[in-house]
Amino acid sequence: MTEANFLLNYGEEVAILLFGIGFANLLVQKNLIKKIIGLNIMDTAVYLFLAEKGYITGRMAPIVVDGVQEVEAYINPIPSGLVLTGIVVSVSVTALMLSLTVRLYKRYHTLDLDEISARLRKEGL
Amino acid sequence: MDFVQNVPFFSIMLSMFSGIISSVLSEKWAKWLNTAVILVISVMSGLLLIYLCRTGLGSYIFMMGHFPAPWGNEIRAGVLEAGMAMFFCIVMLLSMTGGRKKLFEEVEYSKHNIYYILADMMLSSLLALVYTNDLFTAYVFVEINTIAACGLIMIRQNGRTIEAAVRYMIMSLLGSGLLLMGICMLYDLTGHLLMSNISQAMAQIMAHGTYRIPMLVTVGIMTIGLAIKSALFPCHAWLPDAYGYSTVSSAAMLSSLVSKGYIFLLIKIFYRVIGLDIIYSSHIIGILFIFGLCGMLFGSFSAIGEKDIRRMIAFSSVAQIGYIYMGFGLGTQEGMVASVYHILVHAATKSLLFISAIGLTDVSGGSRSFFDLNGSGYRNKIAGVGFAVGSLSMVGIPIFSGFVSKLLFAKAAVINPTWKMFPTVIVLAISTILNAIYFLKTVIRIYTPEKQSVVEEKGYYSISWDKQKLYTVTIILFVILNLILGMNSQPIIRMIETGLANFA
Repeated sequence: MTEANFLLNYGEEVAILLFGIGFANLLVQKNLIKKIIGLNIMDTAVYLFLAEKGYITGRMAPIVVDGVQEVEAYINPIPSGLVLTGIVVSVSVTALMLSLTVRLYKRYHTLDLDEISARLRKEGL
Repeated sequence: MDFVQNVPFFSIMLSMFSGIISSVLSEKWAKWLNTAVILVISVMSGLLLIYLCRTGLGSYIFMMGHFPAPWGNEIRAGVLEAGMAMFFCIVMLLSMTGGRKKLFEEVEYSKHNIYYILADMMLSSLLALVYTNDLFTAYVFVEINTIAACGLIMIRQNGRTIEAAVRYMIMSLLGSGLLLMGICMLYDLTGHLLMSNISQAMAQIMAHGTYRIPMLVTVGIMTIGLAIKSALFPCHAWLPDAYGYSTVSSAAMLSSLVSKGYIFLLIKIFYRVIGLDIIYSSHIIGILFIFGLCGMLFGSFSAIGEKDIRRMIAFSSVAQIGYIYMGFGLGTQEGMVASVYHILVHAATKSLLFISAIGLTDVSGGSRSFFDLNGSGYRNKIAGVGFAVGSLSMVGIPIFSGFVSKLLFAKAAVINPTWKMFPTVIVLAISTILNAIYFLKTVIRIYTPEKQSVVEEKGYYSISWDKQKLYTVTIILFVILNLILGMNSQPIIRMIETGLANFA
C-alpha cells in the first residue's frame, strides 16, 4: 500500500525535491543571479505541488462547456487560483531582487554578495 | 451588526488607498495624508476596542464579499486584534514624527512621497496580518509587508543599505517560501484555507491519527518560516545591517512593527489554526524555547562587542525576539501572555531607543561610534532622557515597561514547574545582567562630560528643545507610553488574557 502510494505520488515528490534544491540555492549560493534562480525554482516547485494536488484524474479544467454543470466533471479550481496568486507574488519579488542586483552590480561590478560585504567593511561606511 | 464592526475593513482599505493616492501627491500632502490616516486608524481601532470591551462580544467574524464561510474570505476581530492595531498605529506615528528631520537629511527630496507610499503599504499589510482569518491572504500580505520593508530599508541610498536590503530579502524569501509550502501542505491535508475551518479538520485528523506526522511537519515548516522572518536567533544575520544603516524611522518601524506582525501571525496560527493542545504537546515549542534562549544570550553578547550604537541597539533586538520566542516555548497560557506583553514593551522601547540614539549621534558630529558619545546627553538633553528611559526599560528597572514583561516571564516559568523552569530563570538573570552591561555602559558614557577642548576641536554643538519641537514631543510621548506600560500593566494584562481567550 505504502509502496504504491510512493510510486503514484511521484509528482509531489519531485515538487518537494525541487523545493529543496531551490531553497538550498537561495541559501548557499554566493552569486546573486544564482540565488534568484534558486528562488524561482523554489516558488515554481510550490506551484507544481499545488497543481499536482489539485488535479483529479479524468476531470476537466473548471470551465463550463457544453452545459455540463455536475461537480464531478471538473477539478477543484482553488489550487489553480492559488498558483496564479503565487505567480504574481513571485514575479514581483523577483523583479525587486533583480533591480537590487543591478544596483549593487553598478556600484561594485561584482555579483558576489560576500565580496560586496567585504568591500563595504573596508570602505567603513 | 453595529457600524463600528466595519472598522477592521475600513482600516485596511484606508491605509492601502492612501498609499495609492500618495503616488500622485506632492511630498507635503503625502506626509499629511500619512499622518492623518495613521491617526484616524488608531482612533477607530480604539473605538472598536472600547466597543468590544463594553459589549463583552469578545470577537466577531466579518464576511468579506458575498460568500459564506467555507468559500469566502473573512476578517476576524477581537479585543487583542483591535488593541494591537491601535498600539501599532501609535508606535508608527511616533516613529514617523521622530525621524522626520533625519529623513530630510538622508533621503533625496524627490523620493519622499515614495517613502510615504511604502509606509502606508507597510501599515495596511500589517493591519491585514493582524485581522485576517484566511491563511492564503495572510501569505500574500506577508509578502507585501516584506517588499514594503525592503523599500523602507533602501530608501536611503548607499552601498550598505542596498546590501542590507538584499540580505533582508534573501532571508525573508526563505522564510516566506517555507510558509507558502506549509500553507499549501495544510490546504492539501485539511481542504480549507480559513483558519477556523482548518482547526476543525485538524482536530479530526489528529483524533484519527493517520496523518499525524505529515501534519506536524507542516506545522513545523510554517513555524520555522515565520521564525526566520522575525529574526529568531540563528537567522538574524541580516538584522544589524538592516536596522543599523537605514534611515531612523525605517529602523524604528522595522524593529517594532514589521517583525512583530509576523510574530502576531504565528500566535494566531498557534491558537486558531493548529490548536494549543496540539502545539503544546509537540516538540516544536521545545525547539522555539531553545533557540529563544540562545538568542537571548547571543544577541546580548554581540551587542556588548559592538562599537556602533545603532548596531548595538539592533543586536539587542535579537535578544528581545529571543525573549518572545522563549515565552512561546514555555508552553503555558502565562508564557503566551508574557510574550504578547513583551511584544508591546519591545515595540514601545526599541523605537524610542532608535529615535533617541539618532539625536545623540547628531550632536556628536554624526559619528555613530560609541566612543564619540561622551557628554552627548548634555548636548541634546531630551534625546539623553529618551535614551536613558529606553535603556532602563530594556534592562528591566521597575516603573519602566521592561520590568513588567520580565516579571511575567519569570512568573510564567515558576508557576508551572517543568524542566524549562531552571533554564528560563537562569538565562533570564544572565541576560538581564548582559543588558545592563551594554545599555548602562552607554548611558554612563552619554552623561560623562567631554573635555571642552575636544568639543571645540570636533565641532560638537548643543541643541535645545525649541529647535526640535516635533522631536521633543515625540520623545516625551514615547516616554509616557513606556511609563503607561510599566505602571498601568494590570488592565493591559487582563485585556491580553481576554483577547487570547477569545482567540481560538
